[in-house]
Amino acid sequence: MNTATLPNSETRKPVESKTTTIPPAPHARDGSALADTLFTNLTRLAAFVVFSLLAAIFVSLVLGSSKSIMRFGPAFLWTSEWDPVKEQFGALVPIFGTLVTAAIAMVIAVPVSFGIAMFLTELSPKWLKRPLGTAIELLAAIPSIIYGMWGLFVFAPLFSTYVQPLMIKTLGAIPGLGLLFAGAPMGIGMFTAGLILSIMVIPFITAVMRDVFDLVPPMLKESAYGLGGTTWEVMYRVVLPYTKVGVVGGVMLGLGRALGETMAVTFVIGNAYQLSPSLFAPGNSIASALANEFTEARGELHSSALIELGLILFLITSIVLAISKFLLSRLSRDEGARS
Amino acid sequence: MTADTLSLEKLPSKLQVNDLNFYYGGYHALKNVSMSIPEKCVTAFIGPSGCGKSTLLRTFNRMFELYPEQRAEGQIMMNGENLLTTTMDVGLLRAQIGMVFQKPTPFPMSIYDNIAFGIKLFENLNRTEMEDRVEWALTKAALWNEVKDKLKQSGNGLSGGQQQRLCIARAIAIKPQVLLMDEPCSALDPISTGYIEELITELKKDYTVVIVTHNMQHAARASDFTAYMYLGELIEFGKTDDIFVQPKKKQTEDYITGRFG
Repeated sequence: MNTATLPNSETRKPVESKTTTIPPAPHARDGSALADTLFTNLTRLAAFVVFSLLAAIFVSLVLGSSKSIMRFGPAFLWTSEWDPVKEQFGALVPIFGTLVTAAIAMVIAVPVSFGIAMFLTELSPKWLKRPLGTAIELLAAIPSIIYGMWGLFVFAPLFSTYVQPLMIKTLGAIPGLGLLFAGAPMGIGMFTAGLILSIMVIPFITAVMRDVFDLVPPMLKESAYGLGGTTWEVMYRVVLPYTKVGVVGGVMLGLGRALGETMAVTFVIGNAYQLSPSLFAPGNSIASALANEFTEARGELHSSALIELGLILFLITSIVLAISKFLLSRLSRDEGARS
Repeated sequence: MTADTLSLEKLPSKLQVNDLNFYYGGYHALKNVSMSIPEKCVTAFIGPSGCGKSTLLRTFNRMFELYPEQRAEGQIMMNGENLLTTTMDVGLLRAQIGMVFQKPTPFPMSIYDNIAFGIKLFENLNRTEMEDRVEWALTKAALWNEVKDKLKQSGNGLSGGQQQRLCIARAIAIKPQVLLMDEPCSALDPISTGYIEELITELKKDYTVVIVTHNMQHAARASDFTAYMYLGELIEFGKTDDIFVQPKKKQTEDYITGRFG
């Protein structure tokens, strides 16, 4: 009997009772090998479906845009003309608009989110943490079209009446930098789109930052406070490096959303194919160009050019992801190699 | 000075605790604790879990203030000032009272930056001065020889015992007057513990060391004075030899001999 050879049971109980009380040693169940194989292959299938979807989307984008690629070549990327009547298409304006609005959004959203997350984890009184955290999460639940409508009907008029003239007068007067804030205060434009985007991505970045800050061992924070650090020094120099992977992840989540956001941007960006250094000027983004024109695209070349825009957006987000991975590996190298 | 020639009453006091009460919300964790912690000696707090010894330690640098529901009442006098009510910047106060924790807590940066972090908060040293200070602190913590060739590497790459010595080096790099240690060896192997114990004996030449420990032998070996606490009260405080050899109170004796746990 295999049960009789079990150690440490011998000394305690007589042999007879052992055979009845100790369950039999585990043995292979019927069909378990088959189930294992089946399960392994199912999970593998699930993983590969993602890959094949990704590849399929890429391929169909390339195929769909082949006409435009053949016609305009790489010049598509740096031509600013977009004229469906003459069938001349260049992606520079939407690419520029997408990058600029996303950049504005991140410049505003990242520090604000850091501040909110810092307040929520370190400074806020306990009774305020939950309602405030929930309110910020609720911001994320507002559909983007609501942001767009609010941006167009409420925010843009207020912005053009009160804030923009002030910014043009002050920031616009600075040589060099002034170019960014020149022009008429129209309310809608790339700057407004960036602002609305920043409001939209703040809840995402904040939620991730708050969650990773909450995971920092209290003892680590206390060590930094124990050396005499202020809340800012502790957060910026110890907590932030400790949580950098999560924080960069959160920022990338926000950036991904800002790059691809469609409805809200379409409402406030102005949808004009013009290139201007001024952030107050109307522009266009890839996503809003697609939303506006796809249903109305008449010629095959027009559709093809729009699909190529989609392909470019896809590549931009992939590059952003790659850069974030690269950034993370750089960060951990700067921290010092682990032996 | 050796412990034999010491007498608690005659020694200059570094931290004078008077009628200290401490509350975690509604829970009364320290009850009228009064004691005088002598300068440049090692004072150990012993007692069963939850007796308030760590709590007492954490009032000295006002670490409890990070948690709004915790409060302390009473007096802790250092250099003629009540630490609990002083208008002194709490950061500056904590810089004078260093702390080492139960587990090593290296910051996510290089070994060098771990030490330099605290120094940079209060002093503006040039590069050579900073390098000298880092070397000094690491030497003081008996870690220099092990890390001098990898100062740019992450503090996380060190072993547990090395990390704890790094934390001690980090604490003494800013030249505090008092060094608080909250069970500094509880996460370490016996060899590393031995290192740290030696280090503590070495450190008391320059610093007033207060150490919380669960390990009775550790307290007996490393400390000059021992305080036994139970349920938030200070039961007995005196020379370590007296406490361990002939405690005045039955309660202390029971705990030390292991009849009570």
